[in-house]
Amino acid sequence: MRLTESVVVGSPPSVVWSYLSDLDGYDRFMSGVTRWDRDGELTTGIGARRRMLIKAGSAEVGGLIEVVEWDEPNDLAWSSVTGIDQRGRFRLRPVGNGSTRVELRYQYGVAGGGFTGWLSERLSAPSISKDLRISVQQLKRLIESERQERVAAAAEAERAGA
Amino acid sequence: MASAPKPASDVSTNGHNASTNGGDPKISDGVPLDGIAENIGRATGEAVRIGQDFIGRAAGRAARSLASRLQADLDDRDPDYIRENLPLSWLMATIWYRAEVRNLKNVPEQGPVLLVGNHTGGNMSPETIFFTLAFSTYFGVERRFHQLAHNLVLASPLGPFLRRFGTVAASHENALKALDAGAAVLVFPGGDWEVHRPSWQSSRIDFGGRRGFVRLALEKDVPIVPVVTIGGQETALWLDRGAWLAKLLRLDRTARLKVLPILIAPPWGLTVGDFLPRIPLPAKMTSDVLPAIHLREQFGEEPDIDEVYEHVTGVMQEALDGLAAERRYPVIG
Repeated sequence: MRLTESVVVGSPPSVVWSYLSDLDGYDRFMSGVTRWDRDGELTTGIGARRRMLIKAGSAEVGGLIEVVEWDEPNDLAWSSVTGIDQRGRFRLRPVGNGSTRVELRYQYGVAGGGFTGWLSERLSAPSISKDLRISVQQLKRLIESERQERVAAAAEAERAGA
Repeated sequence: MASAPKPASDVSTNGHNASTNGGDPKISDGVPLDGIAENIGRATGEAVRIGQDFIGRAAGRAARSLASRLQADLDDRDPDYIRENLPLSWLMATIWYRAEVRNLKNVPEQGPVLLVGNHTGGNMSPETIFFTLAFSTYFGVERRFHQLAHNLVLASPLGPFLRRFGTVAASHENALKALDAGAAVLVFPGGDWEVHRPSWQSSRIDFGGRRGFVRLALEKDVPIVPVVTIGGQETALWLDRGAWLAKLLRLDRTARLKVLPILIAPPWGLTVGDFLPRIPLPAKMTSDVLPAIHLREQFGEEPDIDEVYEHVTGVMQEALDGLAAERRYPVIG
């Protein structure tokens, strides 16, 4: 099953990338994720691993994932090592006015699952899709609210200096 | 609790007394009626005894035959097969039972552990399906996980399927073997006694005093992680355990069956034994994994088995009361 959700963030790709490249900070915006633990020494970049789970119906599904693509500030992709088969990707593209289109693609399934696999993928899609949508929206809110806080702090500092 | 029926010999006595208490024994064709009653009573008692012997011997033969086929081979567990069947388990758990497993994080990340659950839902025991699903997706199918089940469950048509999921026959030896292999082992100390309790006792922990799990945990020095489940007793209407019936048919001695439940379940209606495949009612099921209990840390070097038993069943009862309080309607949850 392949799902895609996207959002336009009012910041350039480099800023968005700074959030996405901090793998330890994903719990600040990812929705439905019930586990996101570091596994191994690498904290970021290709080869960094996380034990992740996402709530889907009666189970928390996921497993061990590894970052397999790290193209700053354009693409960040991961793939499953154990657990259900999954592949995810954040795709960042500038859209003008200093904004970025953030696309979150998520593909999942169980090889050899047959008809029940096909059916369970489709039945779980609405809830997972909803979580992905909330995730990109929370990412947008996080980046834009922190930018506004920085702008406000800078203006405050300027007034205080004057 | 079900009381045992009067022994077969009482049948004869009752027949005799019924006649003699009449006070005026009649004569028919020269044979006293109380004599006839006595003969009938004796014959009935003999018939019951023959019936018991027959059923007992048949069940004993079947049980011995099963036991020889149910030696635990931990290698029967097939992680790839489990993985391929996760979608089927997921569909059953999500669509049919709306199952929920909470706090799996309480299971230690590594090493052998004894998961102690209250057993629900009769021979179909839905919690084994969705708990195995939850465990396998949470820790990965690579983590060794075995469940102990009654011989008859493994001998059912589902047996080969369950063995590949890691289910082994319930015995102290098999549990030791699995723990030695570093597995997480799920046991249901209440076994057939608890799993067939009347539906109105759904929120009662009832291990029937079986303390083997405490000895097992102490012997291997592994933590106990209690798992409480509610909802299974609403997948059919259990009327009685039928302990008296199992005793009458000597199944307790021949087939390790302490109960022969009487229940109402679709599509059969009133049924005895819970051996036939049935359609479980889609009851909402919830499991909660409680914090691990490290026996020697908590109870000293030589823990008192009764004290540990009371503690474990006590915390489980408290948690089950909490889950029961969350439920508003039967089946719906």
